[in-house]
Amino acid sequence: MKKVLVCSLLVLAMSASAFGAAFKIGGTGPLTGGAAIYGNAAKNGAEIAVAEINAMGGDIQFDLRYEDDTHDAEKAVNAYNALKDWGMQISLGSVTSKPAEATAAENFSDRIFALTPSASSAAVTEGKDNVFQMCFVDPNQGTASAQYIGEKGFAKKVAVIWKNDDVYSKGVRDTFVANAGKYGLEIVSETAFADGNDTDFSVQLTDAKEKGAELVFLPMYYQPASLILAQAQAMGYAPKWFGIDGMDGILTMEGFDKSLAEGVMLLTPFNADAKDDKTQKFVKTYQEKFGEIPNQFAADGYDCVYAYCQALAQAKATPDMSAEDLCGKMIEQFTTMTFNGLTGENVKWSKNGEVTKDPKGMVIKNGAYVGLD
Amino acid sequence: MTFLNFFISGISLGSIYAIIALGYTMVYGIAKMLNFAHGDVIMVGAYVCFYATSRYGLNPFLGIVIAMIICTLLGIIVERLAYKPLRQAPSLAVLITAIGMSYFLQNTALLLWSSNPKVFPSIIGRGAFKLFDGELSISHITALTIGACLVIMAVLTLFISKTKMGKAMRACSEDKGAAQLMGINVNATISMTFAIGSGLAAVAGALLCSAYPTLMPTTGSLPGIKAFTAAVFGGIGSIPGAFLGGLMLGVIEIFAKAYISSQLSDAVVFGVLIVVLLVKPAGLLGKMTQEKV
Repeated sequence: MKKVLVCSLLVLAMSASAFGAAFKIGGTGPLTGGAAIYGNAAKNGAEIAVAEINAMGGDIQFDLRYEDDTHDAEKAVNAYNALKDWGMQISLGSVTSKPAEATAAENFSDRIFALTPSASSAAVTEGKDNVFQMCFVDPNQGTASAQYIGEKGFAKKVAVIWKNDDVYSKGVRDTFVANAGKYGLEIVSETAFADGNDTDFSVQLTDAKEKGAELVFLPMYYQPASLILAQAQAMGYAPKWFGIDGMDGILTMEGFDKSLAEGVMLLTPFNADAKDDKTQKFVKTYQEKFGEIPNQFAADGYDCVYAYCQALAQAKATPDMSAEDLCGKMIEQFTTMTFNGLTGENVKWSKNGEVTKDPKGMVIKNGAYVGLD
Repeated sequence: MTFLNFFISGISLGSIYAIIALGYTMVYGIAKMLNFAHGDVIMVGAYVCFYATSRYGLNPFLGIVIAMIICTLLGIIVERLAYKPLRQAPSLAVLITAIGMSYFLQNTALLLWSSNPKVFPSIIGRGAFKLFDGELSISHITALTIGACLVIMAVLTLFISKTKMGKAMRACSEDKGAAQLMGINVNATISMTFAIGSGLAAVAGALLCSAYPTLMPTTGSLPGIKAFTAAVFGGIGSIPGAFLGGLMLGVIEIFAKAYISSQLSDAVVFGVLIVVLLVKPAGLLGKMTQEKV
C-alpha cells in the first residue's frame, strides 16, 4: 500500500510539474496479455515522441498516460474512463481493433478527439467524425495488396490463408478476395484457421500446393505466419509469399531462422532499415531505450504524437482549452492538413477518419527488409 | 497419398495432445481434480528448455532434464500453496483455484519473459523419414513424440500397478478416507501425483514447441484445453484413454479441416465429442462408476 501511495504521489508530482503547460494525451492498449507486444510498442513509440517534443521546449508540451486494456473491450472502456477522470484532453484511442471499437464509441459521445495508432478495423472510425486512424484501414490493405500483386505480375494463381476469428485478418481477406478478379488474380485455394487450431497448417498448405498456387497471401500477424513458413519448407513447398503489416516483426522474433522468410514480400508503412535520418534516429533511440528494433506499431505511436503536435500548433491550441473545444479544432486540422512522418510522406485524412498514404512494398532479402520499388 | 499425409499430420498433432492429456488424466484419476494450470506448467517447461538450450547452449536433452526438475518443483509448490489448503473444500473451489493458478502462471511468465514470441529450436532437428520416394514424410519429432508417449504410458501404467506408491495412488483414487484409515499418507500421495504430472508437462512442453516452434506465455493454454478435451474423449482418469483420445482428436481435427471445412474444424471436433459422450458418457475407455448412496 505504501508503495502504491508513493508511486501515485510520484505520478501526481510528475503531472503537476507539467500541469497548466501540457496537453493531456491518453491512450489504452494491451500492455499485458497475449497482444502485449503491440500495446507496448505503440506506447514506447509515443513516449519517445513526447520526450523529444517536450525536450525541444516549444509551446506544445505533452503529458502522456497509457492505461492497460489487455486487448479486452470491457477493460478498455474502464481504462478510458480512468483516463477521462485524469483529465485527458486528446486521445490516442486504443492500439488494437476490438477494444478500439469500444473506446471509439466513448470518444464520440464524450467529444474527445481520438487518433489511434494502429486499430485498423473499419468499424473504429465508421460514423464517428472525431475518430481518426494513423494506420491503413483493413479493407484498404486488402485492395492495395491485390492491386500490388496484380500490377507487378507476381502471380496469377493465388492462395489465401486467413484467421477467421480475427476482425483484422477477415477485413483484409474480404476485400482482397472481392478485388482479386479486378487485377487478374485467380484465387485457387482459400483456407482458414482460428485460435486453438493455429499450430498445424499442413492441410492449408497441401491445398494451396495441389491447386497450383504460385503465391500465398497471408493476411495475419507474424506469429502464425512463422509457423506456416516453417511447415511449408518442411513439406518442400516454395511459393511466393505475400504478407501485410502484421507480418512486420517476423525478423525480430528471437530464435527465428531468417532464411525461412527469405523472399517474403509485404506491404507495410514502416521500414526500420530505411536510410532516411528520421527513421534512423528513431530506431537508434528506441533501441537504446527499450533494447529492441521498433516495429510498425511503435512508428505509428510516434507519428500520432507528432501529428498532434503539428495539428495543435497550426490550430494555435493551448492546454487550457477544454476537450470539446480541442475536438472541434482537431477535426478541422486533420481533415485539411498534410503530415510527413515515419510511416509515410504526404499523409492525409478523409472526413471519415481514414488515412491515405502509400503502402511501401518490401521484400525480405538476406534477413533484412529491402524496398520492392 | 494425400489422405495418408493428412493422417500422419493428424497423428503428429494428436500425439502432442496425447502427451499433454496424460498429465491431465493422471491428476484427475488420482486427485479427482481438474488441474487447469497443467497447460501453463507446460509453457514454463518449454521456456526453461528454451533458455537452457538457446541461451546457455546446453544439450537439448539436458535442457529437458533441467525443465523436468524445475517443473516438478513448481508442481509441488503449486500443489502445496494453492491446492493442499483446499483438500476439504468443495470441488468447485478447487476448480476455480486451478483456473486462477493458470492465469497467475501465465502473467508471471509475461513479466519474466515478455510477450514477444520466441522460436523454439527443435530438440532433434527438423528432419523427416521419407517413404515411397518422398511422397510420404514423417518428421522425426512426430516419431519421437509418439515414442515418448508410448514409453511414458507404459512406465506410468507399470508404476501405478506395480509399485507401493502406485498402489497408494489407486487407493486414494478409490476412497481417500478409507485409504487414510489404512495408513496411507494421502497428502504425500497427492503431492507425488502432482510432481509426476508436472515432470511430464516439461517433456510435453519441449515436444509441443519442437513440433510447432513458437513459444509465448499463452502457448500452453489452448493446447491444454484441447488436451483436456482429448482426456475427456478417451475417458478421463484412464491412461490408455488419454493416448487414444489425443490421437483421435488430432486425426479428426485434420480430416475435418481437409475434407469438410477449414473454418469449421473445431465445430466438427467438438460435435464428435458430444456424440461420443452421448453414446458413452464416460468416454471411450472410461469406466462408469455407480454412485453408491
